Amino acid sequence: MFSAILVVMVLAQTPMGKPVSAEELRALDITVFPDGKGLPAGKGTAAQGATIYKAKCAECHNEKGEGRDQQYPRLVGGVGSLTTAKPMKTVGSYWPYATTVWDTIYRAMPYETPRTLKPDEVYAVTALLLHWNGVIGENDELNEKTLPKVKMPNRDGFVPDARPHQKLKKSK
Amino acid sequence: MLALGASFMAVSCSKNEPTAAKPQSGLTMRAYGERSPFEKTQRGARESTKSIGVGSSRTPLQDLYGTITPSSLHFERHHAGVPVIEPAAHRLVIHGLVEQAVSFTMEDLRRFPSVTRPHFIECSGNGGGELAGNAGADASRSHGLLSNSEWTGVKLSTVLEAAKVKADAKWVIAEGADACRMARSIPMAKAMEDSLLVYAQNGEALRPEQGYPLRLLLPGWEGNASIKWLHRLHVAAEAAMTNQETAHYTDLHPDGKATIFSFEMEASSVITRPSGGQKLAGAGFHEVSGLAWSGRGKVAKVEVSFDGGANWKEAVLDGPVLPKAAVRFRIPWQWDGQPTLIASRCIDETGYVQPTRDEILAARGPNSQYHYNGVKRWSVKADGSVTSV
Repeated sequence: MFSAILVVMVLAQTPMGKPVSAEELRALDITVFPDGKGLPAGKGTAAQGATIYKAKCAECHNEKGEGRDQQYPRLVGGVGSLTTAKPMKTVGSYWPYATTVWDTIYRAMPYETPRTLKPDEVYAVTALLLHWNGVIGENDELNEKTLPKVKMPNRDGFVPDARPHQKLKKSK
Repeated sequence: MLALGASFMAVSCSKNEPTAAKPQSGLTMRAYGERSPFEKTQRGARESTKSIGVGSSRTPLQDLYGTITPSSLHFERHHAGVPVIEPAAHRLVIHGLVEQAVSFTMEDLRRFPSVTRPHFIECSGNGGGELAGNAGADASRSHGLLSNSEWTGVKLSTVLEAAKVKADAKWVIAEGADACRMARSIPMAKAMEDSLLVYAQNGEALRPEQGYPLRLLLPGWEGNASIKWLHRLHVAAEAAMTNQETAHYTDLHPDGKATIFSFEMEASSVITRPSGGQKLAGAGFHEVSGLAWSGRGKVAKVEVSFDGGANWKEAVLDGPVLPKAAVRFRIPWQWDGQPTLIASRCIDETGYVQPTRDEILAARGPNSQYHYNGVKRWSVKADGSVTSV
């Protein structure tokens, strides 16, 4: 009882934080969910993405997304390789959601100047990578409505944590 | 104390005195201490790409004592370099499924009731080379993506309660202020259980490499999810399926399926003395010692084998044994000078027994890459040299 009162007293004295306005939040909130929530309005095609890719992505990821110098990740190919001795995990063979492709490019790329691509440019480069992986056509437009509807080849390739691989005598 | 120091310094050295008789005035004090110049152990760093800032460095476990990793030797894993963040300008914003989006300054966060707890952080890629068959030559290369520190901060649950989280909230998406805005989705149950917002490490402010001025700490869970340079918590009904939790840190099984959201780091251990790269001076008494840890709770027991894993003897645990924290184990050994395979295995309070590499291979194949915790063996040769097996 005493400790409950103490907790209430302590909480009453702790800072409640400063309200953040919707405008402040818009600049900060870049989360994109698999259902498309958080995607900004915009559009682009693979054909449009090719120019941007050449200028801003090819230096590391190579001309056709094949990666470079065994350091910069390969983005294309590998479908059917996951059950082999040498699985190749790429956007096309491994990534379960198209929204993650958009989000990764927007949030983290280009490596030296992240978050400088405009939404239309990110839709276009995403379209290019999905086209190279045979997921969409060269002139298919991606936008905030169509992107979350794209079904990636490995969409059903993930299952929940299967560990522990042994029986526990008690759960922690 | 100061007067004593001053009087020591006042003693002058005469050139011609024999060394033994020379007054030993010593060095002066330093405003911020450094280790002895004779101590050279350091992290082994590896840049993953030519782009500066992507890579990892490993704690030299084989050279350390006790359980606390000196902050200067804590392992690192960065995806876009270490940002420089001025603490006075730093804000933690909490938004999404909360009554009102709010931001906290570092001063705000320090005003909450604080907690101080030792916990390990282990990269889920730790030991990946062991699984792949490229065993690390020393304990740094085999297990150095593990460190253990005393962390101080505020319970995440305290701050989430202050932000008035809504009932339908199931996940918290944590984002760092590093260049790549690294983000992970954290289940609400873990956020409310024992997660911390940490601003101090081993008694002083966090090091930049560990997330200064603020990081998330998810005790016992894979290090990647304990987001550094934390600046945003997005409370949501679903996971964001970020790059890091889908394309990476998922364990590919031989059937082509990958397990996702494998957060807990299972019980593991490594003998650090004697370990790879060291050399025993000769037959006779040696203390075998190492570290053990479990992401599911307390270490219950550590066993050591001197015949490659056929027979096991219980080691002593140096207390206190705390949940999701590294423990130092020790066992005396009379070495007969013959080639010997030594190994350790950790058993935690849930009864989980650290498996062998073969058992992990059988359970999830050679390409699962992450969350490896197989028994580590070292080979002691007749000349006393120790190598990896």
